[in-house]
Formats: sequence, C-alpha cells, structure tokens
Amino acid sequence: MIETLGIWIAALLTLCILSFLYKDNPFYKFAEHLFVGVSAAYWAVYSYFNILLPNLIQPLFGQGQFLLIIPLVLGIMMIMRLFPKVGWMSRWPLAFIVGSYSGYHLITYLQSNAVEQVRATLVPFVQIESWKNLFTGPGVITFLNAIAIPVVIVGVITGIIYFFFSKEHKGVFGGLARIGVWFLMIAFGASFGYTVMARISLLIGRMYFLLHNWLHLI
Amino acid sequence: MHVLLIFILALIEPPGKPVVKDVPNDEGGKINITWKPTLQIEEIGGYVIYRAEKDEPYEEIGSTDKWTTQFTDSKTKDGIKYQYQIAAVKNGEILVRSQTSETVISSGQWFHTGRLNIFIGIIIYSALVLWFIYQARKGKEMYIRKIAGLDALEEAVGRATEMGKPILYVPGLSSIADIATIASLNILSQVAKKTAEYNTTLLVPNRNPVVYTVAQEVVKEAYTNAGRPDAYNPDNVYFITGNQFAYVAAVCGTMVREKPATNLFLGYFWAESLILAETGASTGAIQIAGTDSVFQLPFFITACDYTLIGEELYAASAYLSKEPLLMGSLKGQDWGKMIIFAILLIGSALILIGFNQILSLFNI
Repeated sequence: MIETLGIWIAALLTLCILSFLYKDNPFYKFAEHLFVGVSAAYWAVYSYFNILLPNLIQPLFGQGQFLLIIPLVLGIMMIMRLFPKVGWMSRWPLAFIVGSYSGYHLITYLQSNAVEQVRATLVPFVQIESWKNLFTGPGVITFLNAIAIPVVIVGVITGIIYFFFSKEHKGVFGGLARIGVWFLMIAFGASFGYTVMARISLLIGRMYFLLHNWLHLI
Repeated sequence: MHVLLIFILALIEPPGKPVVKDVPNDEGGKINITWKPTLQIEEIGGYVIYRAEKDEPYEEIGSTDKWTTQFTDSKTKDGIKYQYQIAAVKNGEILVRSQTSETVISSGQWFHTGRLNIFIGIIIYSALVLWFIYQARKGKEMYIRKIAGLDALEEAVGRATEMGKPILYVPGLSSIADIATIASLNILSQVAKKTAEYNTTLLVPNRNPVVYTVAQEVVKEAYTNAGRPDAYNPDNVYFITGNQFAYVAAVCGTMVREKPATNLFLGYFWAESLILAETGASTGAIQIAGTDSVFQLPFFITACDYTLIGEELYAASAYLSKEPLLMGSLKGQDWGKMIIFAILLIGSALILIGFNQILSLFNI
C-alpha cells in the first residue's frame, strides 16, 4: 500500500516537473517549491549527522580532541554573519577557507593538469613501427595508428597556442590558434554526442518508470 | 605422520632475514618489510609477518600469499623500535621462521623528495607571476588579446539596464575549492561593479553555503567600491539548496518568472548545464557562459551566445579589471604555458632520437 502510494506521488511529481516543457504553471511551481524545501531540510539534517556529529562534536566532546576547537571557533565566527554588528567576523574563516584551498590546489593542479599531462604527451613525433605497418599493410586501422601520435602532439601544441593570451591571433600564430580551435570543437562534438546518449538513457529510465511501475503498460 | 612433518620441516629453508625500512616520503606510521622467499616455495602456503617492540613478545600483524615477499606495516607508532620475523606457514601451521630483522623506527617526512619536480615547477611559476606583477605595478603596458565573450559583458549589462530587467548570475554549482568557482567570484565582482553603476538588479542564486557567503561579501564590496552601498540588496544574493536538481528547478523558475535580460553562467557545472542554458535561451535572454568542465562546454557552446572556454574563464577577471595583481598572474600563466610548449617540442624531439631519460624528470 505504502509502496503504491510512493509510486503515485513520484509519478505525479514527475509529471509536474515535465509540465515545464509546456510552460511555467502552478503544478511546476508546486513541485519546484516542494523539491527545494525537502532537499534543503534533508541536507541540513544530513550535514549534522554525517559531517558535524562524526567530525566535530563526537571527537571534541566525546574523545577530547581539543585541537578541533579551532574549526569550532571558525564555524561559530562564520555564523556571526547572522548578526550585522559582528558580521565582519565571518570574513576570517572565509579568508582561511579560500586561502588554504587556493594554496592546496595550486600544487595538485600543477601536478595533475601540467606535469602529468606533459609526461603523457612526451612521445616521439613519429612511431617508426606504426609507419612500417602502414606501408606493409595499408588500411584504415594502420593509417589511424600511424597518425595518432602526430595528431595528439599537434592538437596539444595548437591548443596551448589558442589559450595564449599575450599575443593577438594573427598571421601564423593566428592560423595555429585556429587549428587549436578546430581540435577543441571536434573534441566537444564527440563529447556532446556521448553525453546526449547518456541523457537519453536517463529519459528512457523515467519513461519506463511512468509506463511500467506506474501505469503497468509495458 | 609426525615423522613426515618433521622430515618436511627439515627440508624447508627459512625465508631470508627481513629487510626493514621506514617508508620514505610519508606522514609516518609505516614500515616496509621485504624478504627473500624460501627455496621450497611449493611446500608452503604463504607467509605470516610478526612484529615485536623491544623486549616484548612477537605478535602477528599480517600475512601474504607465497608469491609475495613484501609487506607494509601501516600501524606503527613513530619513534618506537620494532623488529620483525617472517614465518613460512601451511594450513595455519608455522613451518619455519626467519631470523629476526634489524631494529627499525618509523617517522614522517616534511619534504617529499619524489615531488621535487613539482616544487621546482611551483618556484618557476611563482617567480614568473611575481615578476609580471612587479612589472604591472611599475606601470608597464600589458597586452591581452580580445576575448569575445568578455567584450559582450558590457553590452549584456547595458541591455539589461535599458530593458529594466535583472541580470542573473549563476556562480556554478561547485564548492569554493574549485578554481572555476574562485574565477567566477572574481568576475562577479566586476559584474556587480557595473550593475551598481547602472543601478541594475543583480540576482545571484547559490547552491553552496560557503560560495553563497563569499558571493555576498564580493557583491557588497563591489557596490561599496562603486560608491553605491545603498543600492546593495542582500536578498538578491541568496542560498537555495544544496541539492543539484532542486537548485536547477528553482533557477529555471526564476528565469521564466523574473525574465532576466542577461544570464551569466560562470563557474563549474555538471549535468544541469544544458537545462539552465536551454531555459535561459527560451526566455530570450542574452547568455554568456564559462566553465572549465570539458563535458559541459559543448552544451554551453550550443545554447549560449558566448562561451568562455577553460582558461578564458580564469583570464576573465584580469581582462575585465586590468588590475596589476591579476594581470601579472595572467602573464605568468601565459609564460608558464610557453615553457610547457617548449618542453613538449624539445622533449618529443629528444625522445625521437632515443633520449628517453627526459621522461624521468616528470615522474611523480
């Protein structure tokens, strides 16, 4: 009984949200406000039981880890925003968060987005073996194998040129930047198609729920 | 039976004396143990590792199969002397024990020697940025190429002012830990300055509580700097919910009800990017988007008027403000890219002639 009621509520709310495809309407507004309210309340409770309680309250007051007084004080300073007279206090924990994250990510980004990428791209321009295979057995696969590395290197180099902001995109430099844009757009096109396929599978899942679980038509 | 077991035991050589070392480049609390396998490997089932503190009895701390001759003890206390023994076992019976290892102490290291290349990279990059900031502060003219999406920003704010409609600014859905969010908040400051000057309403819905707090500060400061602190309305920078799609439902509702003249989607986005951009397009708003999320860029490119791709988003705040600090940082990034460019060209050529040692410079 409860399961059937749940399916009915889920199906009706799905229809309310889908009605936005026609235009904004009271059903959509109802579902939207319900969704926002329920999720905000859920996240508040979730944050208390899964973040505050195990990471701060229990270790500090239950196990005596007094170093945690520092985040507790920073958290209280953050809440001071609610009181205009002492609202300035919240800037200190904010500065701490932004500063520490920036410093931390400077290193992780340099590692993952620069050094590791450079290492992966450092390959010979031409792989002799692949070209030998192309000449001994010409075909689509051997051709693609032969040009794969040069394409990667040209793509990376022209991409870097496109994202160089200190020089106007004119002449040879502009031409290389344009090639870089082509590489980007081809990659985006492939990504677009791939992601759209994933989204369609989500739509199929919702339609299946409506037609199978709710209406029992399929 | 006992005679047979004694005979087998007599045949089995003990595993080699364990070689113990503190795990390098870690935070402490770990010791590596390696040993030579017993010669009669087919006769044993595996190895059991024993550990003892000085003058204390040995206790079992782990086991391996018979083909593995390495174990990391990750439950040591720094500063305490430990010794180890390895026992060859079969069906839960100890067949033979190794000699006792030398004593070893675990400790943490302040400097990760394996990351020396990252350290050098950070120093070079920081030096470049500081040098260019110094140059910019001295008043040196610094050129930045045109970025179409950012040139359109002024036009977009002007359009909203003429139409008497608000501007919607979505600072992405990620946390403050994301560089795209920090870049977005820098741009928000510039946009807020313009809306303060033009007296246009700026709506900033937020998903992340910390980003919301920072966004409030940023907008408030921008209005004060523009000489219009009275025009700042704290209710226009608001928190919705932490749930991704509930947030999107609310922002879409805002777009169709408030009908902003301009929508700015700048920051990090996930699957909601196309929902936001399509809803905005259906209301006829001019839309400028920017993200470094490779998977969402195609959707913004498809549905928005202008899109800032990756690095362009990072460059935006410097481009808009022309502040020496940001300009110097942007120039530093640019020349950092040129160094990478040179490394790729030279490195690939060296590898082509067989000088593969260059790869070791980039090992992490």
